[in-house]
Amino acid sequence: MLELLLEPLSYTFMVRALLVTTTAAVVCGVISCWLVLIGWSLMGDAVSHAVLPGVVLAYIAGVPFAIGAFVFGLLAVVLIGTVRDTSRVKEDAAIGVVFTTLFALGLVLISVTPSQTDLNHILFGNVLGVSRSDVVQVLVIGAIALTLLLLKRRDLMLYAFDKTQAHAVGLSPRRLGALLLGLLALTTVVALQAVGVVLVVAMLITPGATAYLLTDRFSRMLILAPALSGLSAVMGIYVSYYADASSGGMVVLTQGALFALVYLLAPRHGLLAARAGRTLRSRQRRAARA
Amino acid sequence: MSAPAIDVRDVTVHYGDVVALDGATLRLGAGAVCGLIGMNGSGKSTLMKSIMGLVRPDEGQVLVDGRPPSKARRSGAISYVPQSEDVDWAFPVSVRDVVMMGRYGHQGFTRRPRAADRAAVAEALDRVELADLADRQIGALSGGQRKRAFVARGIAQGASILLLDEPFAGVDKRSEATISALLGELAAEGRTVLVSTHDLHALPELCTEAVLLLRRVLLHSTPAEVLEPANLAMAFGLDVLGRGRATA
Repeated sequence: MLELLLEPLSYTFMVRALLVTTTAAVVCGVISCWLVLIGWSLMGDAVSHAVLPGVVLAYIAGVPFAIGAFVFGLLAVVLIGTVRDTSRVKEDAAIGVVFTTLFALGLVLISVTPSQTDLNHILFGNVLGVSRSDVVQVLVIGAIALTLLLLKRRDLMLYAFDKTQAHAVGLSPRRLGALLLGLLALTTVVALQAVGVVLVVAMLITPGATAYLLTDRFSRMLILAPALSGLSAVMGIYVSYYADASSGGMVVLTQGALFALVYLLAPRHGLLAARAGRTLRSRQRRAARA
Repeated sequence: MSAPAIDVRDVTVHYGDVVALDGATLRLGAGAVCGLIGMNGSGKSTLMKSIMGLVRPDEGQVLVDGRPPSKARRSGAISYVPQSEDVDWAFPVSVRDVVMMGRYGHQGFTRRPRAADRAAVAEALDRVELADLADRQIGALSGGQRKRAFVARGIAQGASILLLDEPFAGVDKRSEATISALLGELAAEGRTVLVSTHDLHALPELCTEAVLLLRRVLLHSTPAEVLEPANLAMAFGLDVLGRGRATA
């Protein structure tokens, strides 16, 4: 058993893959708590796809691709806000138009960019091929995002729960919203190394949704989500090693499986518990009538 | 003489082409419980938002304790109890967490609760008789208890001004009486309470004064006078003879 766990660690690429994926999973797990509660899942989807042209342009320009990704993540947010506020188009449509257009721009750029490395790796992730400098980049950006999220967690919770009260006690809901979106862009940068642009959104939503089914306390959600997310990352990487399957795909699949399990079996908010509760209550009502 | 607690001077607010408030003027002193009466779209919410500084008047001025709302907010003077439909009742916070949100203005960069904050929260929960339910998830409370939790947040905040938007919608009569009594006590301590409500029957018990609003303040008087049919008719647009609009 122990040998099964240790064998992959004798390869540098596996150690790096585990490091990058687990870091990404933990940071994504933390920010997913707010995204799920505010109802920003689609925003997560949008930002994570919209970074694609930024990454390709950064590659062309020879700058760290985190910079390109961050710039285009913010650009997407600004464009979505502008379209929503200056036309009769509703937010979800504004999101849909903006991010698909930017994503398409990324695809076109990939197709016309001559390159030795396979830029398709940006789309689907290539965590087994990350370099030393990639690892450093992920660790540094991940640490920054995580630190800011945790320091500002109570303000962001109030922002998610009651923007008016945030305003009433002298905070700026606008600034808190901007902070969260900025951190979303940073987190995306971290996660796309691990699972690729297409699957980042899963990492940004599933852990928070799973934790939300398990607890009625935000503080516990903030522990459960990254814990479950990190666990899925480690499990997914190991399974992908032995099954010789896509590692990003396997990590997200593990998260999805964990969600399904919790969705069915969670003590209070799971499907079975909710059913049992309903049956019990109706039985009590019948007994009371009798 | 000290400045009025709430001083709304000739405030006009537009949302695009829609006029939400048109020269509204309202002065409330400390210790008042004022009922805000008007039909949907009469500008009740906009008036509250302009007092909080959430909406900037296109014309006119709002002063809270003699200061602009932005200053008053920073000192924690203003507290707001939102309409039920504006709250996500499934949000994973306990009653105590919600009340603690009133303390943010008193806390440091990370809003880590200190002993004084915990004490203020405990006291506020006692005050609204929710101490036993403090660790429940907020949505697990009844309609009336939920409102009391949000009032407790204002108490913990140390707010001198309480704004309540339709606090009695979906609340049973007994809870309504409890909340009315609580608001009366808070006003007696020198706070100012502004309550928008559709429940006209409870008005005399709830309020010391009342206001009829239809984009501007039509009448600001005792609850009894506000409730006179001729006056209500003005605010609710039943004034078929076209009288009365000039009486404000």
